[in-house]
Amino acid sequence: MGLWSTITGRSKPVRANLDALFSLPAAAVTLQTSGGFTPTGIGSVCYRVAEGAAFAQAQRDVVTLLDNDDDPDVELSTDSFGFSWLLARQSPEDLSALVTDLHTVNTSLEDQGFGPSLLCSLVGFTDPAGRTLGLVYLYKQGTFYPFVPTGPQSRDNLLELQVRDLVRDDLPVEEDLHRWMPLWGAPGL
Amino acid sequence: MARTRFVGDAGLTARMTLVMFLLGALFVALVVGLMYAAGSSGYGGLVPIIGIAGIGIAWWQWYSSDTLALKAMRAREVTPEEAPELHGVIDRLCALADMPKPRVAIAYTDLPNAFATGRSPSHSAVCVTTGILDRLTAEEMEGVLAHELSHVAHRDVLVMTVAASAGILAGMLTRGAQYGAIFGGGGRDRRDNNNGPPFWLIALVISLVVYAVSFFLTRLLSRYRELCADRAGAYLTQKPSALASALTKISGEIAAIPQKDLRAAQSLNAFFIAPAVSGMTLKTLTSTHPSLEQRLEQLAKVSAELGKPMDGGFGGFPTGLGR
Repeated sequence: MGLWSTITGRSKPVRANLDALFSLPAAAVTLQTSGGFTPTGIGSVCYRVAEGAAFAQAQRDVVTLLDNDDDPDVELSTDSFGFSWLLARQSPEDLSALVTDLHTVNTSLEDQGFGPSLLCSLVGFTDPAGRTLGLVYLYKQGTFYPFVPTGPQSRDNLLELQVRDLVRDDLPVEEDLHRWMPLWGAPGL
Repeated sequence: MARTRFVGDAGLTARMTLVMFLLGALFVALVVGLMYAAGSSGYGGLVPIIGIAGIGIAWWQWYSSDTLALKAMRAREVTPEEAPELHGVIDRLCALADMPKPRVAIAYTDLPNAFATGRSPSHSAVCVTTGILDRLTAEEMEGVLAHELSHVAHRDVLVMTVAASAGILAGMLTRGAQYGAIFGGGGRDRRDNNNGPPFWLIALVISLVVYAVSFFLTRLLSRYRELCADRAGAYLTQKPSALASALTKISGEIAAIPQKDLRAAQSLNAFFIAPAVSGMTLKTLTSTHPSLEQRLEQLAKVSAELGKPMDGGFGGFPTGLGR
């Protein structure tokens, strides 16, 4: 917020930063070799549904676009905070296909002027011990953070910090721990 | 190039900038008027001291605004464990708006209201009352919180404090001049050779005029800032109708509650989402908040912008920019 926006009382909706998402496959390799975490092949995008016909149309277009191939169809759901989740599945080996799917959602919404609606994106990982890890991408900050739920309202902070240190070289990680918001019950975990 | 649906309201910005300019001019007029009056009656050294004291008070009000306001409302700061849902909503809104998370407080009063305060976005607090939590749905609550977060992002506490500084200074001077009337009064001025009225009388008249003008201008500015916050909040949640329904609900509730119980909250009115006390006389000129009709009308406009299809063209601007 500059002086002018303060004087005019006008905070423009923040644009989403989409590019950093493509560094995810490199980080997945690191996670697999040093952390034992493999991708689950499930990823999701969380966004705010704007009221009105335009957003409904944009969302329909995205779903049609993503369903128009051989891989499993996308799933749409709404969480308790009123945010919508679009879940995409690909084979666990092909993380870049999953990232491309997620990116399709982003660009389609952005093309319709709904870039500010994007909240975060989540890509699931799992290890042989059965722990699930979500790498969460914050669109507005352009950073990633790990999220390891261990129960309905609890998370494994120690493991999250370890994962952060593992992927630090591959991804822009969120340094402000206050921004590591919990995503209880997020689809894809 | 990314497109945006955000359309600025040029008319609102222009009106608001004009009011701010007038308030600035008022401050200058006050100081210059006093200097002139003091210079001609030999109190020249007094004016800078009064000026600095006035600005000092305004600065202190701004600097400690979060603690003061929370204390005045007897609000208690809550942790994410105590109010997980409230924190969850604010977490998400702050991530959407890319702003630091303010402290969250709850005031235990049945009066349905919410306010934001603090000297800067990183030293701010958002407070909601238990009354508003009981009455609004989750979606409406989110609209209200987005409105309050917009106040934080727009630094409205700072803007309103600066805007009110001429009024604060004039208020102090009015008091000071009254003492002057008691102690220095009786027509025995230090310089009896000039036949003009004594300095305290000129100061009293100037400051009363400035105070009155500043009162109306700051109220006008406050209404514009509310409209700005409504607008930005609606763009943040992308659901103008949720805020509209919350406003309708709260305004109705507040009007229904007897006035006597609400007087304690009066001094904080400028930062509330809806005014707790509604004066019937001169209402449109002196209220800190725009009328419900005005606010709903603006939210309907935002809703129309959001629902409009964005077809054709490579331009980054939505169609229908012209009014």
